[in-house]
Order: sequence, then C-alpha cells, then structure tokens
Amino acid sequence: MSQTIFKKTGMLTDVPFHYCPGCTHGVIHRLVAEVIEELGMQDRAIGVAPVGCAVFAYKYFNCDMLEAAHGRAPAVATGVKRVHNDACVFTYQGDGDLASIGTAEIVHAAHRGEKITVIFVNNAIYGMTGGQMAPTTLVGQKTTTSPYGRDRDWCGAPIRMSEMLATIDGSAFIERVALNNPANIMRAKTAIRKAFLCQKEGRGFSMVEVLSTCPTNWGLSPVEAMKWLEENMIPYYPLGNFKDKEV
Amino acid sequence: MAKVLMKGNEAIAEAAIRAGCRYFFGYPITPQTEVPEYMSRVMPKIGGCFLQAESEVAAINMVYGAAGAGARVMTSSSSPGVSLKQEGISYIAGAELPCVIVNVMRGGPGLGGIQASQGDYFQATKGGGHGDYHLVVYAPASVQEVVDLMGVAFDTADRYRNPVMVVADGIIGQMMEPVELPEPREYRIDPAKKPWAATGWTPESGRERAVINSLYIEIEELDELNMRLQARYDEIRKNETRWESYQLEGAEFVACAYGTVARICKAAIDELREEGIRVGLLRPITLWPFPEKAVREAAMADGVRGVLTVELNAGQMLEDVRLAVNGAKPVSFLGHPGSKMPTVEEIKSAIRRMKEEQA
Repeated sequence: MSQTIFKKTGMLTDVPFHYCPGCTHGVIHRLVAEVIEELGMQDRAIGVAPVGCAVFAYKYFNCDMLEAAHGRAPAVATGVKRVHNDACVFTYQGDGDLASIGTAEIVHAAHRGEKITVIFVNNAIYGMTGGQMAPTTLVGQKTTTSPYGRDRDWCGAPIRMSEMLATIDGSAFIERVALNNPANIMRAKTAIRKAFLCQKEGRGFSMVEVLSTCPTNWGLSPVEAMKWLEENMIPYYPLGNFKDKEV
Repeated sequence: MAKVLMKGNEAIAEAAIRAGCRYFFGYPITPQTEVPEYMSRVMPKIGGCFLQAESEVAAINMVYGAAGAGARVMTSSSSPGVSLKQEGISYIAGAELPCVIVNVMRGGPGLGGIQASQGDYFQATKGGGHGDYHLVVYAPASVQEVVDLMGVAFDTADRYRNPVMVVADGIIGQMMEPVELPEPREYRIDPAKKPWAATGWTPESGRERAVINSLYIEIEELDELNMRLQARYDEIRKNETRWESYQLEGAEFVACAYGTVARICKAAIDELREEGIRVGLLRPITLWPFPEKAVREAAMADGVRGVLTVELNAGQMLEDVRLAVNGAKPVSFLGHPGSKMPTVEEIKSAIRRMKEEQA
C-alpha cells in the first residue's frame, strides 16, 4: 500500500517555472505558496507580481493575481487591499523593482502601515535584463553596467532596505533571511509565515527580504553561487529580525 | 431636484460619488485640488475610501489595483500630474480595466501655469502613454455638463472595460454654476458582473482565476490583445461619439470648439448673427472618439464657406478637424497656447476675416 507523505501545494499551478538552473526563485515561490496554504488563506490570497525575473509569478501562484508596472506593486497592492480589507494581499518583488525604481512606493506603503506582505528577493543584480547593477549590488561586484566593479564613490554603497524600512513607524514586521542552506530555508519559511500572520492580525506592513542567488548572471555554478552568497552577501546584509511590532 | 450652486471641481467629486464611486486615489495639484479635498471630506462618512498617494504615479497604480479588484474608482489631477500618470494609464488600458481619470487642464509645457488650458488634447486623444490604445475622452463645457458626464464616464468605462478621461479646462474646475445633481446610484462589486476581477478565488469559485495583466510575451497573443482592443475602439466610435450642434442650419461658417471655448464661440455666433453673418457651432463632447462624420457633414453642407477651429492651445484638435474636412473647405485656426482665453471680439474678427478673404 502506498501512502502520500508529500505533495506539491495547491497554491502553485502546474505551469513549469521558467527560472534558470540554480536560481532560488523556485524555492521562494514554494515557501510563500506553502505558507498561504497552511494558514488557510488561499481563497483570500491576491498577489501582485513585479517586473523582473518574477514577472510571470502570476502564472505560478494559484490565486487571483495582478501584474504591476516596474516598482509599482506596493501601490497596486494598496488599491487591492483598500477594496478587499479581508484579503491576504502580497507583492513579490526583486531588488531593481523594490529598491530602485519602486523606492517611493515601498517606503510609502510601509509608512502608511499598509496591511500587505512583501516578499523582497535580493540577489544583488538585475536578472531579467541580463545582469546589470542593482542598488543592492556589492561594492566591487562586476555586472554588465559596472564592468570594473561597483565603485562606491561613483554609485554609492549598496542599499539596505530592511534596515531602512524598519525605521518607519508603519512597518510592523521586517526580517532578512537567506536560502544558503536547509536550516536557513526553514528559517525563511518561519519568517514568511510570521509576515503573513502579521497581515492577518492587522498589525501593519510586513516584509521578508530573501537573500538569493543568480548563478547565471553572477557567472557561477549553483554551488559556487551559494558560497558567494554566504561569503559576500550575508556579511553586508546581516540576517535577522529588524522589527516585530505588536498591535 | 432643486439646483444648487457648486464649484466645478466639487461638482465633479459629488457627481462621481453619486455614480457609485467609492474609491479615490490622488495627489494635490492646482487647479484640481478641490476634487481630492471634497473626496477627503465625504468618503469617510459614506464608507468610501479617499487616500492621498505619495505621487501621481502611485495614485494611478492604486487605481489599477482597485479597478482590478472590481471597484468603481477614479483619480483626478491637472496637466503635469496627468503626465506622471501616463505609465499607469497605458497599463490600465492594456489590462482592460475600467476607471475614470479627470484632468483639469492647465497651461504647459513643463510647469506651465495654473490657468485654464486645452494643451493636453493630443495627450488625451492620441494615447499619452506608450502603445496602441485609446481613452474615451469627454470634454464638458459647463459645470452641469461635467456633472452629467461623470455618471456616463463610469458606465462607459465599465461597459467597455476601458479607462475614460474627463478633460475639464481650469475654468470648468474653478467656476461656480447652478447645477442639478443626479439621484445617487449604488454600485456593488459583483463577481457575476465582473468575473475577471481579483476578489479572492478557489478552484470552486465558478470562474477562471483572475489575472490582471498587460504582458503578452508571445507575438500572437499580443497581436490578439491589440486586435481585441481595436475592435472595441470601433464599437466605441460607433456607439459613444457625442457632439452638440448650435445654429448650423443655413450657416456660412462653422466654428468648431470644445469646453469653455465653445461657450465663448456661442456668444460670438449670436452677435455675428445680429450683424447678418450666419455662423454655426459644432462642439465635440467626446474628443475621442472625435465626431469626424458630424464635422465633415457640417463643413460639407451647402452654403458653408469655411471652418474656424478655436482652441486654448496652439492648434491640436485643428488636426482632427482638417482630417475630417479633408481639404474640401478652408479651415482656419484661432487660439492661444498658454492660458490667454480667446475673446468674443477675437472670434468675431476671425470670422469676418474669413468672410473678407473669400469675398
């Protein structure tokens, strides 16, 4: 007799992911989907996809979805949440989307204490357009638009969004996690769960920043990319909770 | 219902609320600020939502979200702010969402000025943002007309799943006139009426999963979207084109003007008639779809010797008038870019000049 001990969450469709080998988007999609299912919020979930590698997220999350313009997902999510107060509204955004072109939208969504959950995927590079410098690109990191390495004097230091948003009164839950090993992946899931619970309890704006890899545009193998994340990203982007505010 | 004296901008807001609009996202800018101010006073008292966004860019994207969620939603701004909204408007058109955008036009380019203008005709009627799309564009000529058109605007947006723009020049927004307000109408988000809206879904919901989107990466799919939009625009052209005719019977000259300028034209026409010069007016109420056939027929009528386009810009609708008349009759232009309103005297002189030139 066979017995089902694991199955894919119903919060993901059967459409195959388009992500590159070794990319961590697939893991993050699954964590988000599992959390929504486990919290029993699938029928109330409304997601907002970004522009960037996750632009097709609307094909994968098995709930009502909106595709936003570049950086505008928090504003679109605001519109949805103000109409459906009881919905579970989330955005899924990369570092170019959230930390560059969409800084006004993310800062003010946090500032208003917008009761949405933001999944912020930070892989220190623009993936979809082919490996350009992001606001989160590390100093010295080579990309197609920083071919000599990011120059701190010329482009500034990489921006730490979690720390910045945690200073804003309206943010209620902010945590940075990484996907570099199974233990951290489980911690990431716990953080995502807390973020969605924060929304469910109406405590305010919640965000989980997920340090992720981009083997293709970093020019590394998936295994090397994990090592690079550990050795270079985590020291600059420390993991941990930056805010967990009660009502 | 008895008439009340109302400022144009406040009348716009009240008419939207009476049309069932309960969601407003906007940003202050002169000369439309009374719209968000009015909304901020009234919406909290009627269970609606007024939210002052951090920018016009954010406001139009909040409109995108609320429209995608099935709500009756609007934003308002004035010319420089409407420029900022263009990205979002293009996405709204591409995602086939209904909403209403009010532009209380001021002079440009750049910061321009804060007085009335019609300088955004091209922006409103020829797209404004990127891609092949159209807004339905209403141009009221009085506070009463803008009140009447707000309800039409919301209904038209819903009927065609297309964004609708109401362009009121700064004078319509700022002046007070007696108006008769319509009876309030209720609007409820009804998944049966908007099965495409994101309202929360399970496989048992009895509808497809909602995907509000303007991305069609396959050439064939993008082509299909565009063909669908173009077919819809043809329907809109057929069903929704509006204009007013004034004194066209037996006219020697046809004035073509919209908004406040059209009212000045009417005064000039009445005075010219007393001089024995027969002039009529064709006033487009929809700037898009442009009443091309009506303009052509008015120009081609027996005895008509020419058309005078009058605008509060450097000659924008003029191009559509010329396309409609197609060289069959002379088309002249009177207008001021910036915000210097054409006077009755100027319009009369322009018509007299046309008559002399043809004598």
